[in-house]
Amino acid sequence: MIKNGSVYDPLNAINGEKMDIIISNGKIVEEVDEKKARVIDASGMVVMPGGVDIHSHIAGAEVNAGRLLRPEDHIKDVEVKTEITRSGVGYSVPSTFTTGYRYSRMGYTTVMNPSMPSLEARHTHEELNDTPMIDKATYPLLGDWWFVLEYLRDGLIEECAAHVAWMMRATKGYAIKIVNPGGLEAWGFGRNVKSIDDPVPYFNITPRDIIRGLCKVNKLLNLPHTIHVHTNNLGKPGNYITALETMKCVEDLAEEDRPAIHITHCQFSAFKGSDWQTMRSGAEEIARYVNRHNHVTLDMGQVVFTDTTTMTADGPFQYRLYGLTGNKWVNHDVETETSSGIVPFRYRRKSSVHATQWSIGLELALLIKDPWRIYLTTDHPNGAPFTTYPQIVSWLMSRVARKMMIKRISMRARRNSLLPSIDREYSFYEIATVTRAGQAKALGLKQKGHLGLGADADVAVYNVDPKLVDPPKEYKAIRKAFSRAAYTIKGGEIVVKDGEIVRSVQGKTFWVDTKLSSPMKPTEDLKRKFREYWTVEYENYPIPEDYLTASAPIPVEARI
Amino acid sequence: MITLTPKRAFKVPIEAECIGPNTFAEKSQAEIAALPVWEGNRKRALSELFRIEHKPASSENPTIRISGDVGKVRMIGARMSSGKIIVEGNAGMHLGEEMKGGTITVTGSAGSWAGCMMRKGTIEIKRNAGDYIGAAYRGSTRGMRGGMIIIHGNAGNEVGCFMRKGLIKIYGNVGQFAGIHMKNGTIFIQGNSEGRAGAEMLGGKIILCGYIPSILPTFTIDDVKSSVKINGERVEGPFYRFLGDLAENGNGKLYVSQKQNTHLKAYERFL
Repeated sequence: MIKNGSVYDPLNAINGEKMDIIISNGKIVEEVDEKKARVIDASGMVVMPGGVDIHSHIAGAEVNAGRLLRPEDHIKDVEVKTEITRSGVGYSVPSTFTTGYRYSRMGYTTVMNPSMPSLEARHTHEELNDTPMIDKATYPLLGDWWFVLEYLRDGLIEECAAHVAWMMRATKGYAIKIVNPGGLEAWGFGRNVKSIDDPVPYFNITPRDIIRGLCKVNKLLNLPHTIHVHTNNLGKPGNYITALETMKCVEDLAEEDRPAIHITHCQFSAFKGSDWQTMRSGAEEIARYVNRHNHVTLDMGQVVFTDTTTMTADGPFQYRLYGLTGNKWVNHDVETETSSGIVPFRYRRKSSVHATQWSIGLELALLIKDPWRIYLTTDHPNGAPFTTYPQIVSWLMSRVARKMMIKRISMRARRNSLLPSIDREYSFYEIATVTRAGQAKALGLKQKGHLGLGADADVAVYNVDPKLVDPPKEYKAIRKAFSRAAYTIKGGEIVVKDGEIVRSVQGKTFWVDTKLSSPMKPTEDLKRKFREYWTVEYENYPIPEDYLTASAPIPVEARI
Repeated sequence: MITLTPKRAFKVPIEAECIGPNTFAEKSQAEIAALPVWEGNRKRALSELFRIEHKPASSENPTIRISGDVGKVRMIGARMSSGKIIVEGNAGMHLGEEMKGGTITVTGSAGSWAGCMMRKGTIEIKRNAGDYIGAAYRGSTRGMRGGMIIIHGNAGNEVGCFMRKGLIKIYGNVGQFAGIHMKNGTIFIQGNSEGRAGAEMLGGKIILCGYIPSILPTFTIDDVKSSVKINGERVEGPFYRFLGDLAENGNGKLYVSQKQNTHLKAYERFL
């Protein structure tokens, strides 16, 4: 029982009311026997649902390669073993246990791992099994998957849907992730696609066909989340046009209020200008479009000035980044599935490009009027490690905090930035929306992101009194409170107290179990292709459910 | 002056980050004795491993004297910013790591990683040193950024790896890859090199007075110089001057003694 806290629960429209949250058996309930209950006094504190992160690279082959690449990142951030927690290292690519602990300390309880080459699904789930404290799920990369490309080329949407349903089950995935559609396949031939209408070599299909096709597949399968898209031309000046075209191309596929597409780490897709010298923010145009259409959700992909490691499945993008920085670089071609790349990167205040990127992320969050459509992320670790979220919260809540940073960034970026002209400051209610409620809604996680009856008892209590603290002025207090939760409750158990782990728990791994009226039967052709093109045979490809330590399938009825 | 004498011969590596003038400053003898060190995986107090003598300080005396072989003791003088350490015997790995000032003198040999990531100050080693002198931490591109390392004996491989500034003087021979990835600064080698000097260097100077088996193919000959200046000091040649590493578009200068390397005469026709 959490008593007297100021509760912010946007999904149930509760805005800072003083109320008690009652928990029993890992769920939120109406009442318990007050005499027997354990009471947490949260007077003068903020109570929110446990944080939900829609996009954070925390596990998998790519993250692990990043760990191997960066011993210098580990030495500067070492966590010593305690009686409850295990030791760990890593600032931008922390080890699995440390990842779980650090999220939990910030009051987060659900984290989505957004890019998993299907071939590496086994590895990804092994790491997710070893990430404690949080519930998680992972999105398989399907935008450049050969079978998908072939089905879509031949216009076989239903067959493609059946195949994707099989893939979700085989890889224990949660949503369809599309990274630089077509571009990754082209990268296999040392090329890239230049726009969403540029054909993919040897497949005679365009990125537009892939996005639209998979969007239809998503609809047919009734998946809880929309397609999760990393746009073409990411990180190139002038790419805001590609981002707008990507959103436009599925406009007609939207159904009523349900979004049809999620554009992830939108900051990296909102560059205006023709080269790095003229690079400016395209946040205004994107925000204008998003404000007028309700079939899109976005996440920020905010940049924070720090030393981090960029990693994505977007091989050609990472190659350009390597060219820009001359830093060490990992490039990997995942057989017929996708590519990937890793480059360490330092965002500098005095670089006009980096400072403009910083500005774009915040501009997007502040110019998009509806906080239910934009979510707080850093695309960990691409924009910054997830441990910088409290800092971003303080920027969103306080003009003064933003002003303090604007003063210190590159002159050119400062001149071009829209931030000084934006007065908006987020309230606690809006913060709760962009960090938990909105993300849970977009993910279709019905038990998460709210504190209504029957919800999972994932609660975060922050030691900041909304009556006494004025966030715009006391942004430092906000940052401090959000970096160390007073209490984090996971599944009804207190796991963090005063920013320290008091109990280690195993989180669940969600995956989508799609029920089709006629499930896909493996054809001889499919088996033959696996035999000819993959290093893993068809029979060994699927991951059995018992491979997941805490499997939590979400049953979905497909329309076919 | 504080004198530390090992109580016994050490068998396993000891991590003694605390041995440094900054940590010892303004501490009583009892406090110093209680400083934590790691012997293998066991935590110990400094006094369990060393006999500590505390003499009233006089300005001329060095701050810390270690008498005896401490070849197993790592991180001596790490992050120190002032004062002096004298090691009478051998010192272990990571001597003067990330040092910001002061001096360290070792009468014996030092292990690998001496002066890695150092910014200022001086390290003098009277005998040999191991690999990665003045280098960067594994994976990092930030090597030695200032100060001076003098080695009277030989040094191992990858001297000055990712070096950015400062001076390394070696009076003996060096192993392979001296000045690998170096960006700036100077490496002076009185003796011979085992080869591959300056691989992937972007800038800075390497002066080799002894023999080198061959020059990397990504270096191009530029000139023959009669002498080279190191911090105002003149070293008489003549030296071949090579520029490279062209594989990295680098502009480093590799000076190689003409007299000791007659096998490099073929380069002269490109001048």
